[in-house]
Amino acid sequence: MKKNSLILAILLFPFFIWNNSYAADGSFHLDNAKIDLDDQQSLQRGARNFINYCLNCHSANYMRYNRLQDIGLSEDEIKKNLLFTADKSGELMNISMDTVEAKKWFGANPPNLTVTARSRGKDWIYTYLRTFYIDDSRELGWNNLVYPNAAMPHVLWELQGTQVYKDNHLSLLKAGVLSEQEYDQFVLDTTNYMVFMAEPAKLVRHKIGYFVLGFLVILLILVINLKREFWKDIK
Amino acid sequence: MSKKYNGFDKDRRKFLLTATAITGAVGISVAGIPFVTSMKPSEKAKAAGASVAVDTSKIEKGSLLTTEWRGQPVWILNRTEDMVKGLSKMETNLADPQLKVTSQQPKYCQNPTRSIKSDLLVVVGICTHLGCSPTAKLQPKGDMGDNWTGGFFCPCHGSKFDLAGRVYKGSPAPTNLVVPPHKYIDEKTILIGEDQKDEA
Amino acid sequence: MERKNNLMTWVDERLPVSSFIKNHLTQYYAPKNFNFLYFFGALAIVLFALQILTGIFLTMHYKPDALHAFASVEYIMRDVSFGWVIRYMHSTGASLFFVVIYMHMFRAIIYGSYKKPRELLWIFGVLIFLLLMAEAFFGYLLPWGQMSYWGAQVIVNLFATVPFIGPDLAEWVRGDYLVSDATLNRFFAFHVIALPLALAGLIFLHLAALHSVGSNNPDGIEIKLTKDKKTGIPLDGIPFHPYYTVKDLIGLTVFLIVFTTIIFFMPEVGGYFLEHNNFVPADPLVTPAHIAPVWYFTPFYSILRAVPPIFNSQFPGVAAMGAAVLILFIVPWLDKSKVKSIRYKGALYKKWLAAFVLSFLILGYLGTVPSNIWGQIPNFIPLLGGLDLATFVARVFTIVYFAFFVLMPFYSKKDKTKPVPKRVTS
Repeated sequence: MKKNSLILAILLFPFFIWNNSYAADGSFHLDNAKIDLDDQQSLQRGARNFINYCLNCHSANYMRYNRLQDIGLSEDEIKKNLLFTADKSGELMNISMDTVEAKKWFGANPPNLTVTARSRGKDWIYTYLRTFYIDDSRELGWNNLVYPNAAMPHVLWELQGTQVYKDNHLSLLKAGVLSEQEYDQFVLDTTNYMVFMAEPAKLVRHKIGYFVLGFLVILLILVINLKREFWKDIK
Repeated sequence: MSKKYNGFDKDRRKFLLTATAITGAVGISVAGIPFVTSMKPSEKAKAAGASVAVDTSKIEKGSLLTTEWRGQPVWILNRTEDMVKGLSKMETNLADPQLKVTSQQPKYCQNPTRSIKSDLLVVVGICTHLGCSPTAKLQPKGDMGDNWTGGFFCPCHGSKFDLAGRVYKGSPAPTNLVVPPHKYIDEKTILIGEDQKDEA
Repeated sequence: MERKNNLMTWVDERLPVSSFIKNHLTQYYAPKNFNFLYFFGALAIVLFALQILTGIFLTMHYKPDALHAFASVEYIMRDVSFGWVIRYMHSTGASLFFVVIYMHMFRAIIYGSYKKPRELLWIFGVLIFLLLMAEAFFGYLLPWGQMSYWGAQVIVNLFATVPFIGPDLAEWVRGDYLVSDATLNRFFAFHVIALPLALAGLIFLHLAALHSVGSNNPDGIEIKLTKDKKTGIPLDGIPFHPYYTVKDLIGLTVFLIVFTTIIFFMPEVGGYFLEHNNFVPADPLVTPAHIAPVWYFTPFYSILRAVPPIFNSQFPGVAAMGAAVLILFIVPWLDKSKVKSIRYKGALYKKWLAAFVLSFLILGYLGTVPSNIWGQIPNFIPLLGGLDLATFVARVFTIVYFAFFVLMPFYSKKDKTKPVPKRVTS
């Protein structure tokens, strides 16, 4: 019995040290982004937000436009409203700006965002897009609490408004087109979409998993009975 | 109730073995599906092989436009009235004038002009002999001889096709040129790669 | 059934299939007291087959070119039908392979399965373990993410610390002055064919050596010493088929349940099976803040980091890390105990074993985090002041780890063993 508990302890050991540290394990506390991949409306809004605001400088060229059908958009809707940098819906979401030019203008190449939700995590993206503030010491006039000295300007400033950071406190200097709640929802939708875009398979793998597990449980019952039946022979 | 044989219940063993074997076999077959399916054309291949839209308004009467679909050259020939009229006179020269080999054209092109609209021919520019691309010899006579009324000539082994892509008798090529699936998405635009839904 | 018999006879005249089945399955006698720890050898074979199968299908789509590698993996995840299942099977299989192998090795250690006449079996096993680590290391470069790139950079640089020939050796391994496309391509060749072939050969030898002497068991009793006078069959032996084939089906099914749960519900396993930073394409100009090897290498990585530079050379750390694995080869000759299995060993041995397991786990954990995770030892403490606490702890447990082996000839002899019965128990 003692040996069994030792083995159990060994197998459970990983859970005692579970460590969800993402790529930028920085010091800033990240807000929890309530992702819901079943909310197709949110995902569609997020897709629209991403394509309209992000694809100007960033590419997402592991993602095909026609994959948006997974979140309920028809091929027609995609063709009419969302094909900004391509002719056909089967094409990849390439950047509309030239990458060499982008590096010149921003000092750093805007990274490919297709799988950023897997490298940095949803909470990082959600918090990052909401913690830009005015900083005259920076070349483009913007800084960010989650990613200090980021080369990216606050692209969404017209929506959020402009924030200042004083005495460890972020406050809104000038209001934007959206209220704080609306802007948070905007960013949440976009984050939601980016989580989907980082792994479209996530929409289906849980369902398939339940089926396979169910089948395996049935097989397990059969196989245990088979073993016990045969082992009646022993001793 | 169940037979006891050699000290163990033979029937129960047989049942369990069969049940497990069948369940296992089902499991393995289903598990094989992702592997087999992964070999089908990927989204990338499907996108590259996607339908091609062609604007026919720019093709002059009597001239040929070449485009590409799934790695093959596709010709769109804007036939003149004379060219279309001359098609019916070709019958005796052709190997398959009645289009008996139906696999060479879609149902909606199973007609004397082998097209949806009588003037516009859409055909894959690959000789049905061994795969060379024939040369367009649209004008009558010329270097093709006095009896030539216009069409296509394959330089590799000498196969000849008329202005509806139909193969001449005596050509090495066995069948008419392939007409790909296509449809009109408006008056002037052909979409190559998709079938017309209703049969005209 | 007349026709079937004729076919079998025809084959048997040309290839000894029936006698093979007899000698290695239906009349191959294994001890009847195998427990849970005995599932892992069979599971290892299953995993080997699984990695090869999924690997073949991944190779149909993967591009071993620095410009295309990362994108080709995303292509598999999105554009290839069910490509994501195959990819997750391969990444999960790789990590689970090490779980299985560590459990398998643990079984061998506690039951003394390396002792005479099974020393060669053990040696083949350690060789397989070494090659498996190499296989995993080469495979990990292939996705060409930040962790792939920098992990390879660090490990290849270890070769550069070898005295005299180091830098040239590292350059030869890389095929370039830095980890580049040249390195990627050759690691692909090693991973896809060279090492799998070598592993297949060694696994065959491992099984052949096993069948030559027969399996050990949790009591460490040699069942061949007590045979039935008439039949010559070991009294405590049972035919491998059908009894262990049917029992291994249970092990396989439970394994598949774990496998499935991970693949369909948590393929990244919190960033341990698929590291988050590996979703950033490799960038030779940007070093990640925290380079950590994949979890199964971390105990050895800890040992590497714990040893300080000596005479301005990092080589001692490299040597220690190498020694931590290579010392496994001589365990059959370090263990001077009269008994095989822990069941009949005394408290002294059990304490050392517990210390070893504890150090392996703690070193493993420490390898996943930066050295400054627990801050520094207060400055007022002499000698140790200012040193990272985690590094100090790693050093302590490195010593414990090696002590388990180095002191084994002494404590295994001194250990008070219990009398071993003639017949197996449980």
